[in-house]
Amino acid sequence: MKPEWELWAQEAKAEFPKANSALLPLLHRIQSQEHYLSEDTIRDVAVLLKLPVPYVESVASFYSLYYKNPVGKRIIHVCMGLSCALNGSDELMHHLEGKLGIQEGQTTPDGEVSLLEAECLAACNLAPVAQVNLRFVGPVTEDTADQLLTGEVKS
Amino acid sequence: MTQTFYLLRNQAVPDIDRIEVYEANQGYQALRKALKEYEPKALVEMVKASGLRGRGGAGFPTGMKWSFLPDDGRPRYLVVNSDEAEPGTFKDRELIEKNPHLLIEGMIISSYATGAREAYIYCRGEFLFGSEQLKRAVAEAYQRGYLGENILDSGFSLDIKVYRGAGAYICGEESALLESLEGKRGNPRLKPPFPAVAGLYGMPTVVNNVETICNLPPLVENGPEWYRSMGTEKSPGLKIMSVSGHVNRPGNYEIPLATPLRALIEEYAGGVKGGRQVKAVIPGGSSVPVMTKDQLDTPLDYESILAAGSMLGSGGCIVIDDQTCMVAVSARLLKFYREESCGKCTPCREGTFWMTDVLERMEAGEGTPHDLDLIRDMADNIAGKCFCPLGDAALGVVVSAMKYFPDEFEAHVTEHTCPMGARLYDTVNH
Repeated sequence: MKPEWELWAQEAKAEFPKANSALLPLLHRIQSQEHYLSEDTIRDVAVLLKLPVPYVESVASFYSLYYKNPVGKRIIHVCMGLSCALNGSDELMHHLEGKLGIQEGQTTPDGEVSLLEAECLAACNLAPVAQVNLRFVGPVTEDTADQLLTGEVKS
Repeated sequence: MTQTFYLLRNQAVPDIDRIEVYEANQGYQALRKALKEYEPKALVEMVKASGLRGRGGAGFPTGMKWSFLPDDGRPRYLVVNSDEAEPGTFKDRELIEKNPHLLIEGMIISSYATGAREAYIYCRGEFLFGSEQLKRAVAEAYQRGYLGENILDSGFSLDIKVYRGAGAYICGEESALLESLEGKRGNPRLKPPFPAVAGLYGMPTVVNNVETICNLPPLVENGPEWYRSMGTEKSPGLKIMSVSGHVNRPGNYEIPLATPLRALIEEYAGGVKGGRQVKAVIPGGSSVPVMTKDQLDTPLDYESILAAGSMLGSGGCIVIDDQTCMVAVSARLLKFYREESCGKCTPCREGTFWMTDVLERMEAGEGTPHDLDLIRDMADNIAGKCFCPLGDAALGVVVSAMKYFPDEFEAHVTEHTCPMGARLYDTVNH
């Protein structure tokens, strides 16, 4: 457990004092520091919020943006929704797989980049659209796809 | 083509997301008017009189929803549903990213009308920028005295909190959203009780979509007669249509309801790309049945679209051209519902799983004629038998596509090939 997590837990509880509403915000904040939620982290969060460990585990496992395994520093989500598929999202995914030498769902061996499918990202006007660390990029053409791999991103 | 701008107004104004710019463009004037000139009940009556219907998908009359709140002295909550994730729909994202103060102003008016003293915006986890925009805008609104204690000396007080989900389409269903907001898995609740009676933290709660609430400032400024001057008797007012797929100008277009579908596609969205023809249109988000090229003159209002066999839904209009395979379209959408089924009830969890499997094998040329009966049988075992609307939503496109394009489905299983000569996507990985 990092020393600042206790303060973060207090802040989350202060903002969302009722029920277990502090849980999701706290998981977000800790994951943004740790990049993923390890079993130890889940246990720490349970202690901080006085919740059973299996409860925290069951909540964290429900949501696709909480990662239970290590992910890359740069997470690329390619939207695979219908509007994106009609505009070439699958070709884009294959292009990125080729460039990175990994399959969708995997992380590069150096731990830098994870390539993930996203269900509809609600940005169909930008199809095919992707997110780099949850920042929208689109429409992505094969020429601009490399920007997903190397362009500057905010965390 | 008359383009109206009430909900998407000022979207092109630079820095409209900043409160001083928003104020300089008539921002928060409707709030001042509402607090000064209206009792809360009169505002509820105004919304009822306007005929405004929920813009999240169900189209339930907003004023009626508000009036379901029991008058029993318990605290009430307003929760805004910004968990926009229905394939084809992207209006709420644009509203909150570009003009967050319009939503906040609408929320303050709505909270005043419904007697809520605490309001929440549930923003989907993928909307990182949107949630940042909202948090910053909320902070600005506190600084200017539009939020907090005794707003504009009216005696009315309100707090707004921005809450970020973490990736789950089902949380757009209002009871699942409330579960998630309470720090739980986003499983839908049994209804009744409805949120109006037992919602957030067990208290009376109104859950409204972003676009619905964004109607409030222009409605207060212009009145219910103005609102009713557009659209039809049962579907009055304005709607944002998100147009995407095979069109030249994908984007959000604000239309008076009852604008013909053809005008939306051809005039607003610039027609089908590459000079090709429309084959099918999904008019209201991926959960509604497809319409065909013969139905393009249908007016975009709730009743007309229903009479044409589909639904206006969320207004997420996906245009599909004549070179696209409808089996592939169906497979892609079923995969979405398979991924997003919460797993709580069996017909949805297993049904979406197996339907995806069968459709993908048909698209890969490995289907058998029996698969068509299998799909119909599975659809029959999902329809009306699921805990929440997600299961039925998964059927809209595939069942209608089989009805309108039976030859295409047949050919996949008899000739083991796609008659379109091209796949929408490569199924090998999925």
